[in-house]
Amino acid sequence: MAVRGAVASRSGLRSALPLLAPAYLWLTVAIFLPLSAMVFFSFMTDLPLSGKPWAFTLGNYAAFFSQGLYLTLLLASLRLGLEVTLWCVVIGYPAAYVLAKVLRGRSREAIFLLVILPFWSNGLVRIFSWAMVLREGGILDTALNAVLPFRINIDLMYSYPAVIIGLVHSYVPYMVLTCYLTLQAIDDSLIEAGRSLGASRLQVLKRVIIPLSMPGLVAGAALIFVPVVGSFMEPRILGGRTGTFYGTVIEDQFVAVFNWPLGAALSFILLAVVLVILAVASPVLRRAA
Amino acid sequence: MATTRILEALGRLYIGLLLAFLYLPIIIMALMSFNVSPFYQLPFEWTTEWYASLWQNDQLIAATWNSLEIAVITTLTSVVLGSAASLALYRYEFRGKKVLQALLFPPIAIPWLITGTAMLIFFFGVGIGRGLFAILLGHVALALPYVIVVVSARLQTFAPELEEAARSLGANQWQVTVRVTLPWIMPGVIAGGLFAFAVSFDQFVVSYFLSTPGQTTLPVEIYAAIRKGFTPEINAVSTIIIVVSMALMLLTARFFKFGGEK
Repeated sequence: MAVRGAVASRSGLRSALPLLAPAYLWLTVAIFLPLSAMVFFSFMTDLPLSGKPWAFTLGNYAAFFSQGLYLTLLLASLRLGLEVTLWCVVIGYPAAYVLAKVLRGRSREAIFLLVILPFWSNGLVRIFSWAMVLREGGILDTALNAVLPFRINIDLMYSYPAVIIGLVHSYVPYMVLTCYLTLQAIDDSLIEAGRSLGASRLQVLKRVIIPLSMPGLVAGAALIFVPVVGSFMEPRILGGRTGTFYGTVIEDQFVAVFNWPLGAALSFILLAVVLVILAVASPVLRRAA
Repeated sequence: MATTRILEALGRLYIGLLLAFLYLPIIIMALMSFNVSPFYQLPFEWTTEWYASLWQNDQLIAATWNSLEIAVITTLTSVVLGSAASLALYRYEFRGKKVLQALLFPPIAIPWLITGTAMLIFFFGVGIGRGLFAILLGHVALALPYVIVVVSARLQTFAPELEEAARSLGANQWQVTVRVTLPWIMPGVIAGGLFAFAVSFDQFVVSYFLSTPGQTTLPVEIYAAIRKGFTPEINAVSTIIIVVSMALMLLTARFFKFGGEK
């Protein structure tokens, strides 16, 4: 984030405070205190509500490490995050390149808007829309059987591929956006110079374009990987019974099993993983900003 | 060069395929909401029956009103608080300013699953509990960082000399803000407000954890319905939502260039 303190220290914090306080108080009450409370509760045996007895314990974390299930699910979610991120790179990067370097003028502006528009629309509804395409007797099934000479049964609904497809559909605009921003900043003369010095297209791509757009790739990857690891609604709707991941187990602790302290511990472990990932990515991100 | 032209054509084709991937499911959902068969069977036969039966569904209508009310209050609150904070961050230098700016990113970067469950625990612990008020508290907090980032981006294009000039002509701080600064940053404020509305109106995860059966929002109601089994009514309401939210973002794009287009 560029800091351009325009009017240098006219009167500092005392003048800034009345304007800042409401927003930051709100963020404190609704974000920062809750996150702290979650850490606190994760060390409790029970919620201290309605006079129920409670004590401090490490049991919730012990449960994570002793029962292989949670660790397995966390690994499954990390793998899901990795796969979705890779697909988003494979699908999104070429699109970002075409947008930044091939299309020009108004058509570029319009298509760019079309690509990122779904990202800002309702995510739940977009996941739901895939149900109509993927189910047996759905559009994909009907369309393929109308074209193909032999009969095949497409029933991807409630499967791992369905979850991947839904998540890639949800997050690929992010990758296009971040890569487009860095690709657009690459001076065309650099590419021309490489070409005129005898480099092939592939060499220019490998030696010039990809290294220079690396910050966009990393930013996109971090912004996709993190929410996918914490996803629960997408696996629930498209994965059915195969859609059990770390996020869905956390959801269960809060809405079905009502073991909030365990849920808090599981959430906090996820938060720690997320923060480590963001910390690793942040030097590259800062260079990009 | 011929190769270049072929590659460019392939590139355009590729973008077309990507757009098809992004929009086909949505278009199919919209078409199916006008199809007679409640099991989405082809051939397609036109009907508006599902939209008509939406009006009979009191639960969905109540949830829609809740969603709209919360989105409007969230927008107004976060625009006022967020613009004030952006102005302060722009005008004044003080220690810890960078920390305050950095603090805007956790709410955006941390998965909503974590934020939502943390809010549930905390609001319960301090006696606020669940319900529409809790949802509103959460939505404003989620929207604020977006508003501050968007308004701050607009402020970067503002020439501080204008404020100085107004001040030297005798305007007081309030007059400078209302007559000089605010008109300049208005596109940013409007874009920030539209972002805030979208964040709130489309928000599912945080609302989900903070809802109670009577006090819920439209996405939460839709999620519950999807898990019970798909119905064409849900198709219809989903189609309305996606049209509204896309229209909203098209409007936002008029005030805010998403991708730093020159």
